Parts: sequence; structure tokens; C-alpha cells
Amino acid sequence: MKPAPFKYIVARTIEQALALKAEYGDEGRFLAGGQSLVPTLNFRLTQAAVLIDINPLTQCAGMQNSQPGTVRIGALTRYGQLERNSETARDLPLIGEALPHIAHPQIRNRGTIGGNLAHADPASEMPAIVLALAGRLRAQSQSGERWIPAAEFFGGALSTALASDEMLMEVELPVAGPRSGSCFMEVSRRRGDFALIGVACTMQFDANGLCSQARIGLCNAGDRPILAEDAGNSLLGRNIGTAQIDEAAALVQQAIDPGGSIHASKEFQRHLAGVLTRRALTVANERSPREH
Amino acid sequence: MTADVTTDSHDIAVTVNGTQYRRTVEARLLLSDFLRHELLLAGTHVGCEHGVCGACTVIFDGVAVRSCLMLAAQTDGHTVMTVEGLASDRDHLHPLQQSMHDCHGLQCGYCTPGILMTMKVFLDETPAPNEAQIREALSGNLCRCTGYQHIVDAMMLAAERLRG
Amino acid sequence: MTTRKFGAPIRRNEDARLLVGQALFVDDVELPGLLYAAFLRSNVAHARILSIDVSAARARPGVVAVYTAADLGSYWAPGPLLVPPPPIAGIIFNQRTQVPLAKDKVRHVGEPLAVVLAESRYLAEDALADIAVELDPLPAVVDLEKALTNASATVHDDVHANVAAHLRQSRGNYAAARARAAHVIARRLLYDHGASSPMETRGVVAKWDGRADQLTVWDTTQAPVFFRNGLAAMLGLSERQVRVIAPFVGGGFGPKIMLFYPEEVVIPWVAMKLNRPVKWIEDRLEHFFATTQERGQTHDAEIALAADGRILGVQDVFLHDTGAYNPYGLTVPINSQCTLLGPYDIPNYDSTFTAVFTNKPIVTPYRGAGRQHGVFVIERLLDIAAQELNIDRAEIRRRNLIPPDAFPYNNEIIYQDFAPLSYDSGNYEPILDKALELIGYQKFLAEEQPRLRAQGRHVGIGVACYVEGTGIGPYEGAKVQVQANGKVSVATGIGTQGQGHFTVFAQIVADQLGVAVTDIDVVTGDTDQFYWGAGTFASRGAVVAGNAVNEAAIAVRQKVLKFAADHFECAEEDLEIADGQVSVVGVPGQAIKLGALALKANPMRGAVRPGTEPGLESTQYFGPPSGATASGVHAMIVEVDPQTFTLEVLKYVVVHDCGTVINPLILAGQIHGGVAQGIGNAFYEQLVFDEDGQLLNASLADYLLPTALEVPRMEIAHTVTPSPLNPLGIKGAGEAGAIPVGPLFAQAIEDALELPGKKIELLEIPLSPNRLFELTTK
Repeated sequence: MKPAPFKYIVARTIEQALALKAEYGDEGRFLAGGQSLVPTLNFRLTQAAVLIDINPLTQCAGMQNSQPGTVRIGALTRYGQLERNSETARDLPLIGEALPHIAHPQIRNRGTIGGNLAHADPASEMPAIVLALAGRLRAQSQSGERWIPAAEFFGGALSTALASDEMLMEVELPVAGPRSGSCFMEVSRRRGDFALIGVACTMQFDANGLCSQARIGLCNAGDRPILAEDAGNSLLGRNIGTAQIDEAAALVQQAIDPGGSIHASKEFQRHLAGVLTRRALTVANERSPREH
Repeated sequence: MTADVTTDSHDIAVTVNGTQYRRTVEARLLLSDFLRHELLLAGTHVGCEHGVCGACTVIFDGVAVRSCLMLAAQTDGHTVMTVEGLASDRDHLHPLQQSMHDCHGLQCGYCTPGILMTMKVFLDETPAPNEAQIREALSGNLCRCTGYQHIVDAMMLAAERLRG
Repeated sequence: MTTRKFGAPIRRNEDARLLVGQALFVDDVELPGLLYAAFLRSNVAHARILSIDVSAARARPGVVAVYTAADLGSYWAPGPLLVPPPPIAGIIFNQRTQVPLAKDKVRHVGEPLAVVLAESRYLAEDALADIAVELDPLPAVVDLEKALTNASATVHDDVHANVAAHLRQSRGNYAAARARAAHVIARRLLYDHGASSPMETRGVVAKWDGRADQLTVWDTTQAPVFFRNGLAAMLGLSERQVRVIAPFVGGGFGPKIMLFYPEEVVIPWVAMKLNRPVKWIEDRLEHFFATTQERGQTHDAEIALAADGRILGVQDVFLHDTGAYNPYGLTVPINSQCTLLGPYDIPNYDSTFTAVFTNKPIVTPYRGAGRQHGVFVIERLLDIAAQELNIDRAEIRRRNLIPPDAFPYNNEIIYQDFAPLSYDSGNYEPILDKALELIGYQKFLAEEQPRLRAQGRHVGIGVACYVEGTGIGPYEGAKVQVQANGKVSVATGIGTQGQGHFTVFAQIVADQLGVAVTDIDVVTGDTDQFYWGAGTFASRGAVVAGNAVNEAAIAVRQKVLKFAADHFECAEEDLEIADGQVSVVGVPGQAIKLGALALKANPMRGAVRPGTEPGLESTQYFGPPSGATASGVHAMIVEVDPQTFTLEVLKYVVVHDCGTVINPLILAGQIHGGVAQGIGNAFYEQLVFDEDGQLLNASLADYLLPTALEVPRMEIAHTVTPSPLNPLGIKGAGEAGAIPVGPLFAQAIEDALELPGKKIELLEIPLSPNRLFELTTK
């Protein structure tokens, strides 16, 4: 289990990283945390011609509240940094709740948010969370930058909207606001394993206590991270109780297309999606203060 | 454009356990293999080479990482600590090691160096952990011999000793 | 006299080296000029080999050699049969053992086809891609029942219907027992057991020294002496020309006792052929195919009971998956057959099994070695009987325990060591009582469970009994020698994989020779240090080698007393050995250190008198007449989420009787580790093969070893019924923790989810959330 040969180039500046990506295109892979990439290299499931190591770009790591109401997380921010930062639990409680489920401490110490999102594993936690938060992602290339809404970022089977010369720079997420609540839950075989099903949901209420916004993202529920839009929309304008939550959970079960695996059949995944949606929405609902 | 990958080697200077080493390494050489077979610091063990078992855990710039998921070339200019850096010799064990000995926290001992590295950083950051926190911190290190109970006991004892 | 070390929770002698990263494991062996091997392995389960072209691989820079079966010439031969079939009338056994490199046919995914030797493992792996193999795929034999039909493909062309073995053993008359039974229960039960997955995979390093005509092999084997003997024979060398070192080994659990693995045959041969040292380290991916495993059995079992729940008889017919070859004979299915009887008095027993060749990796013993399968059958049958007869689960077990005055208790069938399955000693009811007390059985059922259920929680309790045949022969030996510096060296032929041999053997010697445990250096697994022996298996290290160490230490003690009596011109009875010296009782200043006495026993002048030997050393052997039977009870309280089917073990209790305890700290560690593996087997670990014989979860991300979060804290208690079969009274303990966990999980989960009331039975292991969902919603 040793990787096949590749060329390794260290990018010392963002400009250099973008130039290298432009030069090598799909042959060049960014090496961020490497926690998903290197195992596949070791198994020789992936053969990368060129690895562009972007770890020296420390300016791309960290959380910033530059705009009121939003937080930007740099692509090279490691899970462990978010875990050790008390602002994560305050501003991004959904991420705070999900972090302990994401692999193990050593992986979180190295794995990066950007690397995870660009890898776009449908079973992974962060993509579902970014969908549930309706975040947006900034991509940059030598020819400029663009913001991509989360809902447009993830394609099928480990693919994203990133062009072959682009680098994911950061993700922007809304700060948890008043009269809002969120919840992340997943079922996995062992803690730290990929979810059999994971649910990330956010809810927002208006001054009358009616649901004004609801989003439900799911891990491992299809060939890509899934946002169950109909399920979320079904809650809008309503007073939320068991009946509404059950209805949303049923819509989630319709919206997903889980692949099944040796650990969980499609039927079990669908069942779990219903169970976890009910539970997560119930908790998020309870967590949402109606007063401001 | 196709890259020439046949002889991609890199000069690195890395500080391991306080000693600076200068070496030329092939791009694809894993940090675990570099430590074990180039620097002959064979205390770091390799159990799976896909980032699950934790046997190869080392401390890289102060945090615990899997050395099988890093390239030796990536350590240029950085610092690494391995199990060999924990005690000066067998008669002067670190409290973590002493506690593992006192509580029978190891059997075959193969996973032990990785566990020591993981828990070194954990106890530095969490000086008064409870059992649940210890188990959580340990969850990225597989042990096939002990059933973990004596390791958990050892970590409780080590935490107490380190608090002084 | 100093405090007795035997029986004390002594900390381990081997720890310091391991803790500072200085213990030598096979992959730590670095030699000048070392070559690295990588094996090309079949990616299909069953195929005829049409051609293998290695020319491109040979031409790759950095590659030194590439070999296939054709290159091995007359060295190529199927491996030895390690355990022949027992001499039982009517037995069928078709011996088909593994080959070093596949020739003509591949029979499981991962079977080696060629070996590449290169200047690094990286380069060797690169060259594997250069080898062109043409295979003509054949249908894979995967399902046991289909394998036995005429329509099935055959793993071995000349073995009809894939029957590897067939054996019936019986006691009494089951048919007659059934005829008078008040109640008969018949069920089909499935028990699957997985991969041992030690944290260190296997590895072989071989060095040929042409100047000394000496071959040295470092190997992760549990049986260095057998390996040395067999290797010498294969290579045409004398045993003395071959030194096998099993250094620190990172866990074994059974599969490292298997020999000869193809790599163990090929690597030493290559080292001699190329006259360069060669290293092969199995990677984790290879481990899932190249190292032996255990797997499934399908039991059609029937139990006949009297109205009061007394067992009148058991009939069992089962299929055993032996994989592509059967080098370990029938050890695993015979263990299943024998251990099914458990601690119970079962007067009529009729058991028949068929071992089946399949296109899957080879099955050999893994911790428990088939015992789990049998225990699952009897324990589940008793649970169902308790339910149907409306008898408490613990009570039905109690009513059937062999009474303490019935020992030695002969089950009248033949065990894996070919001796009658006779339990040497035991007292089972106190074990059950203790376990029920520790788990709080009555209180849980009467108070806690109703209270928790009223809160909507799903909690259940389980209790399972088992016996474990341990410490079988043939023999082990040990050499104990007092060194001039006062330390004592102990050498034995077994290998060690974490069991604490360096400490427990030292404890035995410490008591005889009055030396600190830390001043006793134990060497295991080096054939140049100790020539004879069998190996570490069947929970026998402490029992068999431990007693040999004891005999040798006693002999040295006698020499010490004799020399010292001469030295002080006193009677031996006047002497005391303690604190590393011999002293004359009651005469201050009259003392000599053991090291000084050892020097005197090896004089530079004068003659050693006839009938005496130089030095203070002795080599002794011990062979038990038959195995010692340990026993125990596990109990557990579990909470299950009825919607996600995830679970949490709230309490786990083990009460165990392994005779006299040498070191309770080490024993506890053995039990903890066994239970953890049992939990893995019960709820997490399963080797999933598809219909083509492909393993679908060959990684530690998908083959789920329990972590610190899945293994609960355990409470352990012991009862002590010494074995009469050895002077120390000990029984083995290595496998006990792993054996009864499957039925315990099934029983406790059934209870938690109140499945008996829903007429749902959990008749298979492993379970999983997915499987519980399927079983409870269909």
C-alpha cells in the first residue's frame, strides 16, 4: 500500500497555486489535509500525476466575521481549529454539533474544510451542513473569482462545480440568528465512521412563531449531498408540531435516493432518514427561541 | 502537459524529537516510512496505511496526526515528535508511559506508540478529563489486545500525575 | 521469605521496551542490501491460469527479480497438513493444502501468483502493474449449501461436491432421548466469525549467510520451532542451519500459528537464491486475503428437553466453511462440535458436520477457534427452551450444569487433541451465582427493567455460559539458567504476541529462586535460544510452557541448594533462598549471592565431579495428559434504540474460572481483550463476500474493529478450581473472553426489544443495526 509515483510541488503563494493548477489542470490535484486523498493514493485507487501542496497558504485558514451576519471559513481551516475555537459553537452551532462525528481527532487535526467540500463525498458531514445553511463558496482561478451557491456546488459522484483551473478559497455561512435553531444528527456504525444517514437541519421562525425558513441537508442519501427542498418548504408559514414534522420527514424519504451498502440497505437508510429527520427537526424546533 | 514523475525528489530539513535531519526524499515517500526506515525511528508503527488504525500517530507541529497520511516531503521546515521523544531512556519514563506500565495498558504493544502520541497532546489540552472524554480521544487508535479498559485507567492515572 | 510472586498483580517486564519504542518487531529489522518483496495476487476468486508474463516487470529499473511457480522448480509443493484428522471411524477427510505460488488454478482472491523483488517496496508495487496475467474465470464457490450440489463448480477438480471433510460423533442415543422428550426445539442457526486483524500484520525477513551456511528468518509466527523444522526440511538444510526468530509480535490471535504461508515458503528461498536479505511486510489490504480467517457455520440443531427443562439430548448437523484449502485439519469444526456441550450435562449427543471447500481465503483457528459457533447453538437453544417452557433463562442453565462431584466428567467424544473430551475439574454453579449477583439479575428483571420500560427505554439483560478446552499438549520446554551477574535467564520455544510471558514465567521462577521478577530475563521465540517446542495456541502458553518453566526452576533450585550446602558445609534444610542469595538460616553473614554461586558452579580449575553439571541451569519439559477445561459466565445489560437499532452496553460482567491465577492483572487484560473481540464479532465485524467470492469490505474503514467507544467497562471476578492435570493447577485463559459474547448479545437484544413476545428470534451472529431492522420489520 504505497502510492504510485507523482510529482510534488509546494505552492508558496496563492498566485503560484493557481498558476500550477492552470498549468496541470485535471492532472494536478491540490493536496490540502490529504485525509481523503492520501488513503486512495496508498491503495492506488487514485493516481495523481501532480500534487500541488497548498498547506503553506496559511492565509487561507481561519474564521472571519468580515460581514455582519456571516462567517467565512478559509478553505485550509482544519476541523481541529474549528473544534478549538469557541466561536464555532456560538456562531455555527450546526458545525459544532457535527464535529465530534467527523472521523477522529487525528483526522480532524489535519483535514481541512475546503478539502472536504472540494472532495464532495456525499457521505461526509460538511456538504450537508453547507447545504442546510445555504452557504456559498468562493472559487478562484487566474482569470478571477466567483461565488457559487452551495445548492449549485455539488454535482454527482464526487464532483463539484469547480473548473479544472479553480481553487476553492473559502465558504461563507450565515451566523445563527435570533428565533432560529439547528440540529445535526447521524447514525454510523462506530463513532467517526461515515454516516449511514446524517441529517443537518436549520429552522427560522417569524415574530408570530411561524416557520419562515427550514432547510434539511442529508449525508449519504444519494450520489451527492442532498438538500431536501420540498421537505423544508413544507414547513414554511406553519406552526411546527409533530404532524408537520412527520410530514416533512415523509417528504425527505421521498427526496432521497440512497445507494445502500454492506452496512445499510437502501430501505434501512430510507427508514433512518425518516427517523433522524423527525428527531432533528424536533430538536431544532425546541432549540428555536420564539422571542427575540 | 504531462509531468515527469520518475525522479521527483526533494531536499528537506525536519526537526524530529529536537534533532534536525536533512535528507533527500522521493515525493511519494510516506512520513511513516521516512521515520521508520530513513531515520530508523522504528517506534512509530504502521498498522493500516489508510488512516484508520492510528498506530502511526505522531505529533506534527504540536498536533496528533497520522504519519501514513502525510508525505515526508511535507515536513520540510516543520517539527515532528515520535514516541522516541517521550522518554530519554527506559529508566526515565514519561508519566504517560509509567501509567501505561502501572495499569497494564499494553499487551502486544504495537498500537502503544500511537496511543502515547495521541494522548500526549490530549492530556496537554485536557488536563482533567473524565472517562468519556478519554474514550473519545482514544477512538482514533485501534487496539486489538486490551479492550481499552486498562488504557483508559492508565490515562486517568497519567492525567492525575501530570496535574501533579 | 519474600512475598510470593505467583498470583500477584506484577507489572510487566516487557513493557519498558515497548513503551519507549525500542522493542524489535519484524518490520524493524534493517539489513544492508535488503530487498523488498511484493506479491501479485489474484483479483478473482476462481480461475484457470492461462499465462503469466513477467518480462516487463523484470525490465523495470529497481527490480531485481520476479518469480512465478514455474521458477520454484522442485521446491514448489503444497504445504504440510498441520493437524491430521482424528482417528474416528467413518471420517472423511480430503487433504488439500495451500501452495507457495499458484500454478494452473487460483482458488481465492488474494492467492499469490508471482513475487517481485525490488530495491524498495514502492518499486516492487510499481512492478506488480507490469505483470500480465491471463485468467480464465470459473464460477466461484461461495454458498455452502450450493457448494455441496452436483451442479456446483469444484474448488479442487478432484474433490466431488467440495466436501473437505465429514465427521459424526455421538454419545448415548439421541433418537431414544427425543422419543421420551416433553419438548423438542429445532432451529437453524448461523454463526459467522471474522478476521483476527492484529494491529501488526504478518511479515517475513530472511537472510542467508553464505560464510556460515546459516539461514536466519524473522517471522511473525506463533510457532517458531515448527516453522524452523519445516523450513529446514523444505530447503534441504539441517535444523541447526536455520534460526527462526519471532521477535515482538504485534498480536496473533491464531492466524499467525498457521504455517506455511506462501510468503514463509517463498521469502527464505529467494534470500538464498539471490544471496541477499529479503523483507516482505504484509500490508493491511493483503491481510484481508493472505492471512487466514474464520468464517461461517450453518447449524441445524435440535434439543430435546424434559418438562422441567433438563436437557435429554442435542442433535446438530452443521456445515463449516473451510475456505480454499484445509491445512489446519479439523480443529475449528471439532472445537465447535465439542464446545457446544458447554458446562451442561447432556447425556445424548449426536453431531455431524461437513466441512466445505469454497473460493474464499483459508479458514484456520482465530481466538475461540470454532468454540463460539458451538456455544452460540446451545445457548440460543436454551434461551428458546426457557421461553417456551416458561423457565427463567438463568434457571434453565442452572438446572443443567454438571454438578461439582461429577468431575472428571467424560463427554465420550473426541476433542481436537484426539483425547476424549473430558473436563478435568470445575464448579460451575458458583460462577453463575456470582455473575447473576454482579449484574444484579433479579433486581434488574424485577425492578429496573419495568421502571425503564415505563420510561420508554428499551433495556435488556443476558447471561451466557461456556467452557473452554485449554492447554493441550504435546509439550513445551524451558531452560532456566542463573547468570554470573545474579540475573536469571529463562528461554522457551513458544512465541509471544502480548500475553505477558516475560512476566508470568518470571513470576514462576522468582518464587523458586528468590530473585526479583525484574531480574529474570525471559526469551521466547528464538530457536537458537531454545530448540524444542510447539507454539502458542489453544490458550496453552501459561499452562504448558509455564509448567515447564516451573519444573526447570525447581531443578535449578535443587542445584542451588546442593552447591550452597557444599559451600557452607551445612544441610540443605538449613538454607534459605531469598533476595538473590542463599543464606544459612540463623547465621548472620553466612550468605552467597546466586551469581557468585553460579560462578563457583563453573570452576576454572579442578574437575567437575561425575554426575554433576557445570553451572546453575536446567532444561525441563512438560506435557499434560490432556487439556484443562476452563469455564465462565458473561452477563450484560444493553440498551437498544428501537428506531436506529444502535446500542449501548450499560453493564458487562465476566466471572471466570481458569484454575490457579498467576497474574490477575495480566489475566484481566486477556479477558478484556477477548470480550472486545467478542463484541466485534457479535455486532460489528463481518467479512462480506459477494457471489463472485469478492470481499466487499477489505479495509479497516469497512471491517469494523471496535474502538474505545464501542467496548464498555467490564467487571471481572474469578473463582478458582485448580486443574489436577498440572502441578501449578492452571488452566488457559486466552480465548475465554471472546467465546460467549455472540449469544449474550442476541439474548440481551431480544430482551431489550421484547422480541420473544413478537415471535422474533435472533438466530445469527453477527448482528448489526441493519440486520435488526430487517429482522424486526419484515
